[in-house]
Amino acid sequence: MSSPDPRAVVGDAVPPMPERTYAEGMARGLTEVLAADPTVYLMGQYFFGLTRHRSLTVKIRERFPDRVWDPPIAEVGYVGTGIGAAISGLRPIVDVATASFIFQAFSQVVNEAANIHYMTGGQTRVPMVIHVNHGIRGGGAAQHSHSPQAMLMNTPGIQIMTPSTPRDVRGLLHTAVASDNPVLWADHVKLFDTIGPLPDEPEAIPFGVADIKRVGTDVTIVATSYMVVKALAAAETLAADGISAEVVDPRTLVPLDLDTILGSVGRTGRLVVVDECHQSCGIGAEISALVAEHAFDALRGPIRRVATLDVPIPFSPPLEHYVEPTEEKIVAAVRSLVG
Amino acid sequence: MLPDLAPDQLVDQLRTMLRIRRFEEALIKLAGDHDVGHFHVYIGQEATGVPALARLEDGDVVYTTHRNHGHLIARGVDPAGMLAEILGKATGINRGKGGTLHLASAAHGFPTTSSSVGGSLPIAVGSAFAFKELGRDRVSVAIFGDGALEEGAWHEAANIAAMRGVPVIFLCENNSLEALGQKANEYPSSTLAAVELTDLVAPFGIPFEVLDGTDPAAVDGAMARAIERARTGGGPSFLETRTVRWPGNRPLWPQLLTGETDVSMAWDPTRIPDEHRAWHERQDGVLRYIADLVEAGRATPDTVRAIDDAARSEMVAAITFALESPYPDPREALDHVFA
Repeated sequence: MSSPDPRAVVGDAVPPMPERTYAEGMARGLTEVLAADPTVYLMGQYFFGLTRHRSLTVKIRERFPDRVWDPPIAEVGYVGTGIGAAISGLRPIVDVATASFIFQAFSQVVNEAANIHYMTGGQTRVPMVIHVNHGIRGGGAAQHSHSPQAMLMNTPGIQIMTPSTPRDVRGLLHTAVASDNPVLWADHVKLFDTIGPLPDEPEAIPFGVADIKRVGTDVTIVATSYMVVKALAAAETLAADGISAEVVDPRTLVPLDLDTILGSVGRTGRLVVVDECHQSCGIGAEISALVAEHAFDALRGPIRRVATLDVPIPFSPPLEHYVEPTEEKIVAAVRSLVG
Repeated sequence: MLPDLAPDQLVDQLRTMLRIRRFEEALIKLAGDHDVGHFHVYIGQEATGVPALARLEDGDVVYTTHRNHGHLIARGVDPAGMLAEILGKATGINRGKGGTLHLASAAHGFPTTSSSVGGSLPIAVGSAFAFKELGRDRVSVAIFGDGALEEGAWHEAANIAAMRGVPVIFLCENNSLEALGQKANEYPSSTLAAVELTDLVAPFGIPFEVLDGTDPAAVDGAMARAIERARTGGGPSFLETRTVRWPGNRPLWPQLLTGETDVSMAWDPTRIPDEHRAWHERQDGVLRYIADLVEAGRATPDTVRAIDDAARSEMVAAITFALESPYPDPREALDHVFA
């Protein structure tokens, strides 16, 4: 190499990116999109669920008192209001809070928002973001533990982001708010306390670009949302046994970065898909099918799925733990393929 | 009664009513030879939609229903493009993606048309929400049938509209008076415990009026008051316009049971046959309006005939255009899923 960039040689002097919680990444993103565009509007404010981070919305509310609305307990009503507001000039971020509640609003999400641009022949756009806290949060039982991403991935017309780090949630939110399509933003409350680097300056992370969260050579683990954390923990365990796992985080399910997944499988020859939706027709089922269709020859063994077992989520902790995807299940799935 | 409008406006409204009537009659005949799916016609409700929507201005939005044809024509959408859409042609106003159930023209203030009963109620509230937040002097109108009040969406939308005081007008076209319902081996129409539809409005504190939907003067006056209320920050209004269900709307598919409209019945009662006499004499708002215009000297029978002939000719040409238009390239089915 000749005449290297002088800035590169002082790399050690570049301060490391500050570490922040996922919740802070969310709050920073929300604050930034509100500050950047006066048409951005929060409908609902349970973004942080019942966690200790919920006071972050107080600061947002203090700074933007005219752009935070507490709607009645009326999912059809306020999601529909968000759709109409999006059609007529606002860019609402509608918070449905616990993801299981989105079923109350499915007529609006699935039959209105997802269809409007298509059935009007492209005349009308619905630039709204629908936020949910999905997944098994602990003690949520059957009616507060859903991961509806797979159902909505089965609904053409909705973009879906499932971030797993502070940087990703904030960067993807910038792209979601700028999108002229309805976007489902699915967070997992167990991510809120996780720590990761967060750049000082706002950035937009494009949709449809997967992130390889850990490089490996023996097996590809595709994981989304909180399952990325579990997959990385499993990869660490496997590394101690000399198994090198690559962890691919698609970051958005719609659009899906299939190329990065296929590229990884092409290098490793093995695939485990981890997601928290129920196993049947889940995200894992779709990604497995795509890889089987497009990269069958690259596979050196069967594809394994680690997903929530096909039962309603039970309350009792040991029952709940039995049905959810775990680090141990991921490790076991990988071991069944390698070694 | 005639609306308190200039003579040329009165005649313009007659022209629009007759264009709607001839459009629907032409469509019923056309549907005998072409499968257009299940469709719904506006015959019998022209004296509601035409004066009501004539009061709107550019930028005001209307969310209509599966029974939308009359509303679009009333705001100036080209019948040829509508018929092409109903036949699924490339020249259709939704590019063949919507059909009769979803006719929409954003340029004419119809952003999207939901055929899910009650589906557009919260969306209309959402447009009004945006107008208020953005300080725009605009009105959002939700048009729906009596059946929509059976949906929970009504309760949620009305509650939000009332609490936020947004400029929305709920125009409930109750076309079920004298509906025979299941007694005639048909589907029931309105299935509500409430005695009066407005019993479902009063608790929200939304001002309401109950009108004869075949009386353009009543509709015009009430709509003027509702629009004034909306534009001056007075919040939502509810109008119930009552019409008798046109006999041809009683079968599952519309049929010309009362024949093609004979405008001369309006000034020559000897032409009215015994069959469906009540319809022709009292219940058809278009014939009533013609009779009132002629009696008041605002139009002569010759003027009416000339307007009617022009409307018929327009629809003949519109059908020719629709029939001769090409179907879309099948691959266009994949377009417009996302903006």
